[in-house]
Amino acid sequence: MTTTEASGLATAPPGTREGARPAVGARITRMLTRAPIAILLAVIGIAWLVPTVGLLLTSLLLPSEIQSTGWWHTITDTGLLSLENYRRVLDDGAITSSLWTTVWISVGGTLLPIIVGALAAYAFAFLEFPGRDWLFIIVVGLLVVPIQMALIPIFSLYNDLGIFDTIIGLILFHTAFGLPFAIFLLRNFFVGIPRELLEAARIDGASELRIFVRVILPLGLPAIASLAIFQFLWTWNDLLIALTLGRDTQPITVAIFSQLRQFGSNIEIIAPAAFISLVIPLAVFFAFQRYFVQGLLAGSVK
Amino acid sequence: MAGGGNIAAAPPVPRERRRARLRDRVVAGAFLLPAAVLLGVWLVYPAVNTVVRSFYDRSGDAFVGIDNYRTLFSSDPLLTAIRNNALWVAVVPALVTAIGLIFAVLTERIRWSVAFKVAVFMPMAISLFAAGVIWRVMYEKEPDRGAINATIGAVADWVDPPGVLSSARASSPALAGGTGGGIALRDTVRPGGVALMGLTGIRASEVPDDAREAVRPASRPGTVTGVVWRDFRPGGGRAGVVEPGESGLPGVTVELRHSGGGRVATTETGPDGTFRFDGVADGDYRVAIGAATFAAPFDGVNWLGQGLITPAVMMAYIWVWAGFAMVVIGAGLAAIPRDLLEAARTDGASEWQVFRRVTVPLLAPVLSVVFITMIINVLKVFDIVLSVAPASVQDDANVIALAMWRTAFGGTNDFGLGSAIAVFLFLLVIPVLALNVRRFRREQ
Repeated sequence: MTTTEASGLATAPPGTREGARPAVGARITRMLTRAPIAILLAVIGIAWLVPTVGLLLTSLLLPSEIQSTGWWHTITDTGLLSLENYRRVLDDGAITSSLWTTVWISVGGTLLPIIVGALAAYAFAFLEFPGRDWLFIIVVGLLVVPIQMALIPIFSLYNDLGIFDTIIGLILFHTAFGLPFAIFLLRNFFVGIPRELLEAARIDGASELRIFVRVILPLGLPAIASLAIFQFLWTWNDLLIALTLGRDTQPITVAIFSQLRQFGSNIEIIAPAAFISLVIPLAVFFAFQRYFVQGLLAGSVK
Repeated sequence: MAGGGNIAAAPPVPRERRRARLRDRVVAGAFLLPAAVLLGVWLVYPAVNTVVRSFYDRSGDAFVGIDNYRTLFSSDPLLTAIRNNALWVAVVPALVTAIGLIFAVLTERIRWSVAFKVAVFMPMAISLFAAGVIWRVMYEKEPDRGAINATIGAVADWVDPPGVLSSARASSPALAGGTGGGIALRDTVRPGGVALMGLTGIRASEVPDDAREAVRPASRPGTVTGVVWRDFRPGGGRAGVVEPGESGLPGVTVELRHSGGGRVATTETGPDGTFRFDGVADGDYRVAIGAATFAAPFDGVNWLGQGLITPAVMMAYIWVWAGFAMVVIGAGLAAIPRDLLEAARTDGASEWQVFRRVTVPLLAPVLSVVFITMIINVLKVFDIVLSVAPASVQDDANVIALAMWRTAFGGTNDFGLGSAIAVFLFLLVIPVLALNVRRFRREQ
């Protein structure tokens, strides 16, 4: 399985387009035998959407109704819907500022591992140095080190360095833990780039840094895009790291978490905040679905 | 000739070659340095430090040997976490792989497979924490608020309809029994008698709209008459007496029974609550309202309670990861040569046989990748437990990663024991690491 084979979720269902069109009778028979499957999948597909739609409709319930009314009543009674919960949440400075915190952490936590990872991947793919293969195997091995293994020492280290509870501290942690996957993914993509392109640039007298920036990065863009989406979703969706290494530096997940204790009475804050927190990853997913799936396949099938 | 180290055909000048090699190493060092620093400081050093730390006490002052590991395998909350995690590993990876396989195979047979895949895959983009919040809303206990209990309730109340008077009680000692077995008059009744069946505990909203003021019926020979009414009026009233302002309860099924048991007849009360059994032979009878009238409506499965919390979290987790399995297995499926399947079909194999004997064996490598990936994910499960399980049942829903965080940062602040739990978690994923490295080296 290589990265280039898959093209997002839209892999053509085989068998539907082959050959000449069958006779009408055969087509009707086939439709009838397929109808139960189609109905079953329609039910499953809708069932899969229900929880997310449920959160959206809950977040849109009138503040006076949200404690007592199930979200499905809004389907028959649209009078129950309002944007009031969202207005209140966005007026509340705490949630908006935590959204910005999330944005900064995600942007930094996406760019930095890509840059650092691409440099290392370039070295692993194109430069000769002793112990190269062993070092790369160590990097692959680091892929499975659980975050929990680092939390306690880093917590102490951050306190000593004075970067506990800072955005930069969180970004650096995300960068380090994103690196093994970044190096792994990019190196495997880079080795597929024809070496002649490099040699040609070297003969032209280009420096390695120049080759890296002008030749490899543009050619590696598909892999970098996959990586960027993964890294962005990972940092945006993180709870554990921010919860452990921050106190007042709260991304949106931590802000929602701190409301969870009074789940019943705080649902008018939790529901809209949770929905805001997942709208952006969802938008990224829909916009770059193809790269996302490619990265997924490269990461798991390799 | 700068990069001559790679061109085997041209014999390079030795000095040039040495210089080129040296240059390569310097450049490689520079390119690797940032990654090496980050990995060294944030991964390698902490991992070593955590192992060392796990042999020290909570504050890190005293060496305690393997005491922390003893605690890990002897304290109840931690054992619960290990047991729960074992359950996760036993159930979830297999289920996710199976569901993914089924979805991947079935979507090949529909034209709108992309729509289906997007719907199922979408939760992958959402954080596990937010997914937990989504399911917390779904799992609310009151059927008025929680969609799952509302659905179960709708089915349950349809199969076994709730009684019209689910909360009613007898209003006076003249009546015996309760909501479980129905309510009956204590004294027997003979034809010509009047049965007064006063009930309380009925909310005004539960009284049917067509109800009228209760009437005490007259006695008639050969007939048992009576009234079922709401024995309550604003200000109180006397128990067991039909008074003006008290409402009859229409639509209640009343039974006439032999004094020794056995039903003689049933009837329904009218708008004023009265009922009668005509043409009753002489003898002693009992008048009763059956248990069905008092059957309670479905009041919700307690998904977020102690007993069901782990299955509840698992369901939410499977909802997230099924799409991953479906997409990876789907890609594997697309790579299977079609003519192989066609050949099997031409040979007369049924669809099931093709699936069982051809598709699944060919997919085995992909299935094992999904399965192993899910084992690692499940060993590290954390956020979703924290967001689905209310604080009060987190001891029951506990898993290793959550136990580690709660021990080290959740108030206890025991860094020694926390480190030991982290090391234990790490040891569990090492076999998977070995597998990964072996697969990688085979590919080289």
